Amino acid sequence: MPLLDVRHLTTAFHTRAGIVRAVNDVSFTLEKGETLGLVGESGSGKSVACYSLMGLVPQPPGRIESGTALFDGLDLLHNDPTRLRSIRGKRISMIFQEPMTSLNPYLRIGDQLIEPLLIHEKIDRKTAVARGIAALEEVGIQDAAKRMKSYPHEFSGGMRQRVVIAMALITQPEILIADEPTTALDVTIQAQILELIRSLQKSKGMAVIFVTHDLGIVSNFCDRVLVMYAGRVVETGAVRDIFYQPQHPYNRALQKSIPALQPKGKELYTIPGAPPSLTQLPPGCPFAPRCEFVVEKCRETPVPLLETRPGHSSACLRVQQGELQLS
Amino acid sequence: MFRFVAIRTLQAIPVLLIIATMTFFMVHAAPGGPFSKERKVTPEVLRNLEAQYGLDKPLLTQYGNFLWKAVHGDLGPSFKYANRTVSELIGDSFPVSAELGFWAMLIALAIGLPAGILAALKPNSWLDYLPMSVAMLGICIPTFVLGPILALTFGIRLEWFDASGWFSWRDRVLPAITLGFFTAAYIARLTRGGMLDVMNQDFIRTARAKGASEVRVLFYHALRGGLLPVISYLGPAIAAEITGSFVVETIFNVPGLGRYFILSAFNRDYTMVLGTVLFYASIIILLNLVVDVLQVLLNPRLRFD
Amino acid sequence: MVIEPESEEPGSSLWSDARHRLFKNKLAVFGGITVLLIGLVCLLGPLVISYRESDQNLQIAGQAPSAAHWMGTDNLGRDLFVRVLKGGQISMLVGLCATAVSLTIGVLYGTISGYFGGKLDAVMMRFVEIMYAMPFAIFVVLLMVFFGKNFVLLFVAIGAVEWLTMARIIRGQVLSLRQQEFIEAAIALGLPKHRIIFRHLIPNVMGTVIVYATLTIPSVMLLEGVLSFLGLGIQPPRSSWGVLIQEGATAIEEYPWQLLFPAIFFSLTLFSLNFFGDGLRDALDPRASKD
Repeated sequence: MPLLDVRHLTTAFHTRAGIVRAVNDVSFTLEKGETLGLVGESGSGKSVACYSLMGLVPQPPGRIESGTALFDGLDLLHNDPTRLRSIRGKRISMIFQEPMTSLNPYLRIGDQLIEPLLIHEKIDRKTAVARGIAALEEVGIQDAAKRMKSYPHEFSGGMRQRVVIAMALITQPEILIADEPTTALDVTIQAQILELIRSLQKSKGMAVIFVTHDLGIVSNFCDRVLVMYAGRVVETGAVRDIFYQPQHPYNRALQKSIPALQPKGKELYTIPGAPPSLTQLPPGCPFAPRCEFVVEKCRETPVPLLETRPGHSSACLRVQQGELQLS
Repeated sequence: MFRFVAIRTLQAIPVLLIIATMTFFMVHAAPGGPFSKERKVTPEVLRNLEAQYGLDKPLLTQYGNFLWKAVHGDLGPSFKYANRTVSELIGDSFPVSAELGFWAMLIALAIGLPAGILAALKPNSWLDYLPMSVAMLGICIPTFVLGPILALTFGIRLEWFDASGWFSWRDRVLPAITLGFFTAAYIARLTRGGMLDVMNQDFIRTARAKGASEVRVLFYHALRGGLLPVISYLGPAIAAEITGSFVVETIFNVPGLGRYFILSAFNRDYTMVLGTVLFYASIIILLNLVVDVLQVLLNPRLRFD
Repeated sequence: MVIEPESEEPGSSLWSDARHRLFKNKLAVFGGITVLLIGLVCLLGPLVISYRESDQNLQIAGQAPSAAHWMGTDNLGRDLFVRVLKGGQISMLVGLCATAVSLTIGVLYGTISGYFGGKLDAVMMRFVEIMYAMPFAIFVVLLMVFFGKNFVLLFVAIGAVEWLTMARIIRGQVLSLRQQEFIEAAIALGLPKHRIIFRHLIPNVMGTVIVYATLTIPSVMLLEGVLSFLGLGIQPPRSSWGVLIQEGATAIEEYPWQLLFPAIFFSLTLFSLNFFGDGLRDALDPRASKD
């Protein structure tokens, strides 16, 4: 049995322009100790999917319309709030994109760091502080005992993200959801933070859902990948297969537009057009308007996600019907 | 922190000097003197009176004398209340105004804070609209309308409280409510705004992701930041309630400093007017300092500037 | 060579956006319409009503509201309705004029301080801070007591109190505008300073000015009310809502409607102006719409 089993998750927002399905019928599983990459452009629904699992979708205007997310026999999407709170921040933790703003500027680093312990575990403050200091040292913060008394504004962005990671891992969670944890950081610090997450993951054996739009990070960080477009999963498979045997034109286009993955001197590919507005999705494949392989039938009916190779699924009608070879 | 307070205290000196100077020359430039209303005074007596209070000397000399004495804490004798010094009059009447201001502020905080927090918790629900509409009413119904209405309804008709004088607790209720209503309304609006602002920030999401309960999110994470606008308003608010109470004191016949001040202005009681203005200005400066210190204590980001 | 920033083009879309947002805000629209209605009634009403403000008739003194006198009569037998309307004219006039005074001082002061920056800015803003420490209500009272209860002085005194906040806000706006390309371009082109200030800076802060003007009017009217209530504002035979409320307050036991009607008009005007001003602020500056 997988550690986390998400089925048919659909999260909608009621806006003035109409109902927006930010996440549309998304299913995936997560195994113990595994790293799952969630890839897509901004607005593809990858963050909202994570927020849905964490119960952080503001309701209203958001609403989880359907789906289940089984974690240890417990549905994360439909359960009583107190029960969910006891999982949130204890067995499933999340770190966010914005290290500058995701710490409370009015509270000391130490108090924020040990808060998950005080909330979830019956331990006294002294023990919690000791564990907090150890956690800070573990993420490579010097002078940890002294730094516990600092405020967030005295830390740089990279340091803050280290604190955020320490805070998320202090309860030894089974799942870590990392929502673009390095996007806002300098490149050199990005590498440090990624390395840090990876080594902590190894030593603690936790599963990671890694949300990013950076295929480079995915390629050397993830075991499996979920490619999202306009709220739907368009392709999913093992990381090698995703890169070497793309089964969806969107995935292929994404890779072609990354400088590092292309031969030197070759002109970079750009995907024509822009992601569709979620209020007016085309009836067929959402990528059809921008797809270079599009044919008439692509535009007609929604395309389900089907296995096209062993352990590798695609939502491209032409790939499914064997008309299209992308690798 | 000590340095900060010391610098701010030193800065207050030129401010007080400017205020003293402006008031002094304004008072003396005004037509009519302190004794011009007393018809029975013969020119000779008038000259004696003026000599007694130093009004016959050149203006600049008077100004110098006034400053010199004020620095030494002597605000001079009152022109109107024979044998009483300005300091004595302020000492008698200010505690009354201060007590009135205290009760008003207590009412304002006790009503304004919870109302604002509730409204921010459920924005755009009846929990938001109802208190905020009442708050808007509070801002738009002036004290000089609310005062007489309260006095008539609860003082004269229902006789629950007294509408005049300053003897027992029954006298305190109506003026304190009248004075505190506006502040309560304003605090409610500020609290709601500040809390909404904070509740939308990323660190609140982080707190929820940690599994913090809504109560904990609200009181441990949001309140500090959310109340900052209220704290910075408290200085001017307290100052306004203490110094601006002359309307309420007039309506409810409260023997506070505000009423004395209005009377002394009408009576051209120069020394009393000058002394009161200086006293009020000092209080405002002191309160602003206290509020600034409070803000620094609450907001760690200000501490290292 | 004419290189004016296109104030028409981006401006018009800003304004139409703002208008759209404003019209969506029902409370603000309600406020705006109410204020307009009250203003119109106060202006035109006295022309239609057959009584005049000064018509005294002791035989009908202190009557309750009736078909002949909609709001009753006061203790001298004057029709209260016409007095309330006339008083409204004065109250609104004071509100508008004193706001105009404070706007003029505040906008000029803030623009100069923000535009020239540096030492001048530091000195000017220090002065504003000092002024904030003044017990202002008290100064206005002193001014009115000592220098006679003069109509013009009333505007000046109130205006002199209310300009501080405006100056601060405008300075902030100008400071950020200065960083923008079109102002830098104008400076680089060597346009004279007064031209930059009056043609480029001030038009761009007009939105803010309008918003704060709308919010200043009610606070000015409130201050006028306080002064009139204390007998220091508008003097008989003229009357304002503040004066009427004061008269009503003294007669409240016998003729409560004498307080009620002017108070309702006064509060409704303040109420509507505040809602309208809040709506305008939300519409013109969506970022500042939190409270």
